[in-house]
Amino acid sequence: MSAQTMPTQQAVSDKVIEVEILRYRPEQDEKPFPQLFEVPYSPDMSILEALQYIKDHLDSTVSFRWSCRMAICGSCGLMVNNVPKLGCKAFLRDYYPQKIKLEALANFPIERDLVVDMGDFIKKLEEIKPYIIPATDDKCLSEGTYKQTPEQMEKYKQYSMCINCGLCYAACPQYGLDSKFTGPAALALLARYNRDSRDAGSAERMKIVNQEEGVWSCTFVGYCSVVCPKGVDPAAAIQLLKVESSKDYLIGMFKPD
Amino acid sequence: MNAQQTTTNQLPEKKYIRSHEPIFWGLFGAGGMLTAFLTPVMVLVTGLLIPLGLIDAEHLSYEKLHQFVSSWYGAPIVLVLVALPLWHTLHRIFHSLHDLGIKRGRDWQQVICYGFAFAVSVFVFTLLLQMLSL
Repeated sequence: MSAQTMPTQQAVSDKVIEVEILRYRPEQDEKPFPQLFEVPYSPDMSILEALQYIKDHLDSTVSFRWSCRMAICGSCGLMVNNVPKLGCKAFLRDYYPQKIKLEALANFPIERDLVVDMGDFIKKLEEIKPYIIPATDDKCLSEGTYKQTPEQMEKYKQYSMCINCGLCYAACPQYGLDSKFTGPAALALLARYNRDSRDAGSAERMKIVNQEEGVWSCTFVGYCSVVCPKGVDPAAAIQLLKVESSKDYLIGMFKPD
Repeated sequence: MNAQQTTTNQLPEKKYIRSHEPIFWGLFGAGGMLTAFLTPVMVLVTGLLIPLGLIDAEHLSYEKLHQFVSSWYGAPIVLVLVALPLWHTLHRIFHSLHDLGIKRGRDWQQVICYGFAFAVSVFVFTLLLQMLSL
């Protein structure tokens, strides 16, 4: 672009980057179509900020989800050049001067533009009982808190970092082939609670793990762990659950319940 | 009525069906481990060290190998070396068929894949049993 060769002052604001967004407005579009926008480039601008620029200055009808702008809320997941990313954690400088292609998260139905229907993931998340299930002979509140050693916490801490952004579901080829698969984030969170020393719900959750659509739909592609913005490593969580499920299978052979 | 009970038991009891995959995954894992460790060694020995004359080819002569395979310790080693990588391979093929989107006849795919691994394992087992000289 000629702007690059221009002397100082105006040069920075003259740089533009092309952003192509896959639009879909169900009430008027028969099918999704790409729309091209030109956004002023600056190296510290995130893709989410570029989307906000488009909405504020170019086309107010573009829909996308966002909230925290700091990779905590997990709302702004989208496909950037076919790779699942958080809009707030991906920067224009990593793509410039190439065009950026933005699409709604893969493997989920598009609700509108970059907004997807995460209903299936939320249903699975609920199903794995993502909360501590205390033992039945639980102690009274007046007896104080449950203490945990640093070692006990280390066993599950990594898997508790999940922000439910759904990037791993967009990355998972097995979920793409068959959405009955419980999927990476739900299984990583299942592992998180099963590995917690304060939890007594393992037996209930292992029933989900042991199914075909539990851990056994996973073929350890590992892309979920690559795209995870929080370093949760769901692929490792699933592999560990496969070992647990195998132990459970052997025990079940001799002691059927 | 117990209010707490009704709020926690809203979902109807779901039926969970246990998968038999642990058996095949176990064989797959064991076979994969063997393949990963032994294939480079085999390539090194048969593809490089013997042709280069660094190992005397006489060590892998028919008589020597036949003697090893028909011994009480050689037979089970050969059975494991043939059967486990075979189970590994066919498990991978079975899952690759799914990855390629071939949805028809999953039951038959399973029977053919694991059936083949089983049949060859049994064949090798009986063959080794016949060769066994105690």
